[in-house]
Amino acid sequence: MGLEEKLPSGILLTTVELLAGYMRKASIWPATFGLACCAIEMMAVGTPDYDIARFGMERFSATPRQADLMIVAGRVSQKMAPIVRQIYDQMPGPKWVISMGVCASSGGMFNNYAIVQGVDHIIPVDIYLPGCPPRPEMLLDAIIKLHEQIESMPLGANRIAAEHAAEKAALAAVPTSQMKGLLA
Amino acid sequence: MTADLGPDMTIEGAEHSATGGAEEFLDSPVFTVSGAGDWDDLVDEATSLHEERIVVNMGPQHPSTHGVLRLILELDGETVTETRAGIGYLHTGIEKNMEYRTWVQGVTFCTRMDYLTPMFQETAYCLAIEKLLGITDAIPERASVIRVLMMELTRISSHLVCIGTGGMEMGATTVMTVGFRERERIFQIIEMITGLRMNNAFIRPGGVAQDLPPGAIDKIRELVPEIRKGIREIELLVNENPIVKGRMVGIGHLDLAGCMALGITGPVLRSASLPHDLRKATPYCGYETYDFDVITRDSADAYGRLRIRLDEMYQSLRIVLQCADRLEASAGEPVMVGDKKVAWPAQLAIGSDGMGNSLDHIRTIMGESMEDLIHHFKLVTEGFRVPAGQVYVGVESAKGELGCHLVSDGGTRPYRAHFRDPSFNNLQATSIMCEGGQVADVIVAVASIDPVMGGVDR
Amino acid sequence: MSASDLAETPATPEAAGGARTVDLGMPIVIGERHGMFGATAGQDTTGYGGLVVPVVLPGASERPYGSWFDTCVDDLARALQERGTAYDDAVERIVVDRDELTVVVAREHLPVVAQALRDDAALRFELCLGVSGVHYLGDTDNELHAVYHFLSITHDSRRIRVEVTCPDADPHIPSIVATYPATTWHERETFDMFGIIFDGHPALTRILMPDDWPGHPQRKDYPLGGIPVEYKGATVPPADERRAFN
Repeated sequence: MGLEEKLPSGILLTTVELLAGYMRKASIWPATFGLACCAIEMMAVGTPDYDIARFGMERFSATPRQADLMIVAGRVSQKMAPIVRQIYDQMPGPKWVISMGVCASSGGMFNNYAIVQGVDHIIPVDIYLPGCPPRPEMLLDAIIKLHEQIESMPLGANRIAAEHAAEKAALAAVPTSQMKGLLA
Repeated sequence: MTADLGPDMTIEGAEHSATGGAEEFLDSPVFTVSGAGDWDDLVDEATSLHEERIVVNMGPQHPSTHGVLRLILELDGETVTETRAGIGYLHTGIEKNMEYRTWVQGVTFCTRMDYLTPMFQETAYCLAIEKLLGITDAIPERASVIRVLMMELTRISSHLVCIGTGGMEMGATTVMTVGFRERERIFQIIEMITGLRMNNAFIRPGGVAQDLPPGAIDKIRELVPEIRKGIREIELLVNENPIVKGRMVGIGHLDLAGCMALGITGPVLRSASLPHDLRKATPYCGYETYDFDVITRDSADAYGRLRIRLDEMYQSLRIVLQCADRLEASAGEPVMVGDKKVAWPAQLAIGSDGMGNSLDHIRTIMGESMEDLIHHFKLVTEGFRVPAGQVYVGVESAKGELGCHLVSDGGTRPYRAHFRDPSFNNLQATSIMCEGGQVADVIVAVASIDPVMGGVDR
Repeated sequence: MSASDLAETPATPEAAGGARTVDLGMPIVIGERHGMFGATAGQDTTGYGGLVVPVVLPGASERPYGSWFDTCVDDLARALQERGTAYDDAVERIVVDRDELTVVVAREHLPVVAQALRDDAALRFELCLGVSGVHYLGDTDNELHAVYHFLSITHDSRRIRVEVTCPDADPHIPSIVATYPATTWHERETFDMFGIIFDGHPALTRILMPDDWPGHPQRKDYPLGGIPVEYKGATVPPADERRAFN
């Protein structure tokens, strides 16, 4: 990604991580990717009552070339799927994805021939936001959680180490289909 | 054409012919997404003419206002010589899904078609079911008044989105912020009554899901003057604004002959000076008893449609206040049809973890009335049966005539539910409105049609 | 349940040419329902599992039809006569059900009926509100129905429905785009979803599904296409494969 990726692990890298994380999370520009009903709630977040401008995110970038965050808001139909992938590919890194609403997260109530059952079949997702549609406050909560994720994102050698650790933990974890007897 | 998947095709689409096996049937060329049709023909034709023609794709991802609409424009400099609208990017298969759900469950599906006007879809669907059942006259009046209230509030919020996003597309962001601020006020009312801001499955066959909570009418009376002030604010900003007028007057011209040929209804038809409004022409839900005007203009352009929508919002507020008066007068009356074999049995209340079945209601069902328990069980698991036949019900949605064609085979599920969405029909006018104009006018023209792709693609 | 449960019963005997002879006043049988509660995998222990009920749709109505329908049908007959078509050739039957008038028309005469509906001064149905396709699996030789709704603004906003049928083996219906351009996209959608080919349509291509999609999704023999949903060890099959008791 840049010079920060090449720094060796240590105090210098930690400081750069802190700075870069802080700067990145405070300057995200979302890409307009509203598809259906969730798009209306996403538009509502940009309006005075909920005000995404407090994060500096009111500038929704129509062109993916200038966008950092792709909020997939709404149901992704089979016809739209290649375009979702194309827009994601056109975004330069670092980029994040929030799948807003149940239709983007898992196909939602539309378990049928026309809808992709979860946009994570096509693009990697950072935050899944359930709701049909999720209230604007819920979208703001998802964005804040994403900010926390971005702020603490490790870089360079630390990142490789973190990814190895995460993969090890995932391989050792109990798969969801084997979790029995849980109430919630 | 028997097994439509062809001899060796599967749903997972391991391999399939590029034309879906349709060559045997069609004489005309088949267009595919990878070319060999549409796109290549256009480009070849343009090159062979040795002219400076550009074919431009606008969408399906563009500033998300009208949703995923793909406009294929052929440009000659700044003039648009040909426009085609590509739709289907939001096709959800809602109509097919409804065939596998009971009649009441269908409400949650149809409500998500045109997501800016959920109440209209619900009403059209429920009126059609009630017509099939033959209980249209047995719907309690209070339920009809609540339906009218919900529909008019939805009409105002839909027009606010149209005007707001139309303004934003032209670059006037303030129109959008003011419009959405007023919309939040309407959402406060709707949320108080139905529990959800959008896509509320509130209007059920037989009536509405639950009665108004205490304080709802006061809230309506408190917010309506504020909404009126907000609409006035938009009017002052937009009506005589030279930029708005410069961009909208004369744009998107579609006269009465064009509207009739294309089957256009709604504000676009009324901008061609024909006062056709289903609320007056074929009244439903008691609309004949309300006092309101049908707004028409004779300019047949985008500016006329803007003014119509603004004025329609004032008329809707008039109806909302009349509804509030009637609701005050009819407090305590039922909001569901009396026939226990049809009426949705739930009584909702706010509990410690949100809205759900009220504990009193559960106590009645479980402890006191065996009949109530049986009705609840049968209606929730099996659903009621609707005698066989087909009906068509049209309501005046914010965008035009929304029709619901229902076919029942006597069972607990719709045999076929088809929605004639106004945006689907009205979007056919894009070509005739845009060809010959400038590229920037395409945006304004499409905005004045006010299509919502959820309704277009269903 | 509705579709999968309908066994293929022979409908009323067919006259030559595909038109169906329907006795006046008798409903049309389009299938049969077996069992009371829709249980299809043998779980019905109530004893009502052996129930067999015919699924009937309203059939031809007898004169007088009531309200404005009689005059309208007479006007239609006259208008068709003026355009050189006999009423009995074009119109298969009239169905009056739930205050709605349905004219079932033989498919080859659909364009002249559409023209009569639009141009005749007494009819003047200016708006065609679209085509709706319906697929009746059990209605042999008449599987695909195309239903047109018309509205007359001049005459009190009254509505009429025209229904046209065609068999699965020969799914062609003449297009009425020349008379009602509004039906351009509606006919494309009906082709896309049901496979009915509208002869004479200027550009009959898929409109909702991707251009290379195989099959026609809203037909009854096309599966819903969902995936089974897994949640902590339990699997819920898609809606068209579940056990259902309705």
